[in-house]
Amino acid sequence: MAGEGDPGSESERPAARYADESESAPEATFDAGRPKARRGSPPVAAVTADERPSEPASQSSDEGAVLVTGICGRLGHLLARRLHRETRVVGVDRRAFPDRPKDITHHAIDVRRKKTRDVFRAEPIRAVVHLGVMHDPRASDHDRHRWNVAAFQKLLEYLEDFDVPKLVVLSSANVYGPQPDNPQFLTEDAPLLGSQGFGGMRDLVELDMLAQSFFWKHPQTETVILRPCHILGGVKNAPSNYLRLERPITILGFDPMVQVIHERDVVEAISLALQPGVRGIFNLRGPGEMPLSKVLSRLGRRPRAVPAFAAKAGLERLWKLRLTSFPAPEIDFIRYLCMVDGSRAREVLGFQAAHDMDRTLAAVDSDR
Amino acid sequence: MVYDRPVTHDSERPIPISGAPFDTAAGRPAPAERSPFGDRLVRFVEEVVGDDISGRIQKIQTHTNEVGHDPFGFDPVAGRYALAATALLHRRYFRTKVFDVDQVPDGRVLVVANHSGQVPIDGAMIGASLMLDRDPPRFPRSMVEKWTAELPFVSTLFPRLGQVVGTPDNARRLLRNDEALLVFPEGSRGISKPFDQRYRLVEFGLGFMRLALETGTPIVPVAVVGAEEQYPSIADIQPLAKALKIPSFPIIPQLLLGVVAPLPTRYHIYFGEALRFDGDADDDDSVIQHKVSVVKSSIESLVARGLSERRSIFG
Repeated sequence: MAGEGDPGSESERPAARYADESESAPEATFDAGRPKARRGSPPVAAVTADERPSEPASQSSDEGAVLVTGICGRLGHLLARRLHRETRVVGVDRRAFPDRPKDITHHAIDVRRKKTRDVFRAEPIRAVVHLGVMHDPRASDHDRHRWNVAAFQKLLEYLEDFDVPKLVVLSSANVYGPQPDNPQFLTEDAPLLGSQGFGGMRDLVELDMLAQSFFWKHPQTETVILRPCHILGGVKNAPSNYLRLERPITILGFDPMVQVIHERDVVEAISLALQPGVRGIFNLRGPGEMPLSKVLSRLGRRPRAVPAFAAKAGLERLWKLRLTSFPAPEIDFIRYLCMVDGSRAREVLGFQAAHDMDRTLAAVDSDR
Repeated sequence: MVYDRPVTHDSERPIPISGAPFDTAAGRPAPAERSPFGDRLVRFVEEVVGDDISGRIQKIQTHTNEVGHDPFGFDPVAGRYALAATALLHRRYFRTKVFDVDQVPDGRVLVVANHSGQVPIDGAMIGASLMLDRDPPRFPRSMVEKWTAELPFVSTLFPRLGQVVGTPDNARRLLRNDEALLVFPEGSRGISKPFDQRYRLVEFGLGFMRLALETGTPIVPVAVVGAEEQYPSIADIQPLAKALKIPSFPIIPQLLLGVVAPLPTRYHIYFGEALRFDGDADDDDSVIQHKVSVVKSSIESLVARGLSERRSIFG
């Protein structure tokens, strides 16, 4: 996957970093962001990674590894495969990682356990990518809070103790919350009202806030918070699951504009966020916005329009009977606006979605 | 800005109304969105009013996104029907006389008008003059109340017609995209005036002036004469309005008599010379107030001119 870039363009890449990669393979651009360049040592061409698969581990040991929490999730998998040829990757996840590439070290432990400290002790960590966020709406509030907030606090403790220079947190544009009076495009400084109508979002908002306070309290760590719009792909998240339905419900009389982004574009943004010098909050916008009805018709779905009150009552009932995986408050996402302005990510991060609308939408069906 | 690709829906790249309106970016034909019945209806209206409605819609310039869609939700298919309906009102029902519409410049502009007539038909008529009487047409965006986004169907319809929820952020974004924004600084206080206070402008809000200063936008004052008489209201029962949580509760005799339609008064719309202001957008209210009063007095003089020039309410 990685290192498919044209060898001839290698020399000019650090200068023309992410200028015009929209059509080329997004995998070929990570090398510019590696801290090697910062330390003055000659940038090692990423194209050679394929030819000497054993070397990156030993070679990059002096600069440290990238620790990925939640590496066994869909995005974790994609990120690990994206990074492991170029940099050393360490995974932490409760789950097993059966098909992991040989050069990835995986620790099947809970982040909250003391053993996690040993992971930081074992080798220098140059960056932590926090993907280990639980989104399961069926989990109890208690469990979810323990996992999303308490575990993240523990992780932040380790970051502080071991002076990790970089933290990348994958939050979501959902923390802004769909509101009828939202501006068309939310900027990074918009208030996080996501839990206003949807209690299940509370710990995700809290997680984002924790990362923000860490950003201010520990300026020596470059903290990056990414807030992508609806991620589509093989991931099992609510928007992808919704778009996979053959006959999804829509709310009668409502047709909000929606934004979607391909999961691989998110992975690309994470790897861009790992560049030294990048810090702050970035909204991630995909390949444009469209009315929900157009998205559904492009996918060939046959939506059923239901009045809002009936949809709410029906979903509540089905939820109690465990016949649906959508909690009732989520209907606000197909009712009101929650779109982000991605210009900061484009200007500072150099991020541009490489997958167009058709490929992004098709990803929910094919890209498993 | 997010959308820095100005796409001119002009002769070189018209919006294909029937073929593939939004899929041009992907190069894939969209399912036919124009119904033959609606098409015939629009053609009939075109004949009645003598305007090329489809052509006008095609000339609209907006900043479309990567998928060829207006990021604020404007849909040319719905826009075409709406323009046909408005054109009928504009040309036939209210027989609008439009003066100096060419004062509206190209590029970003705030069109500021007096508000009257209980129902915001004046907004639609100003929009129709910008679309039908100016060459090339200007596509008017107006800021709608936030609560309309909670109403089913209305929340879908307004964005499709290019109307945007009124947050300062949206207004700023549209002006930076060089769009034309229609503003009624009198708000609901202006529209629900009883008949005895007709053509007396109430207090203007200051927000539009701060917006103009911040974005360097010229302001075109507009006077609408004729809307006040469409639904004469003899009283506004505020306690009842408060109890029902609506802005006003007008008593309109014609409704009591069973006439639902507005009276067919003749509209006169006067466009004034574009005003440009300099200064700090965060100045004190008193400073801003002074600039706002310049706009207000120029609208007042246009209204006075309209009233003196018109011979009768219906003529």
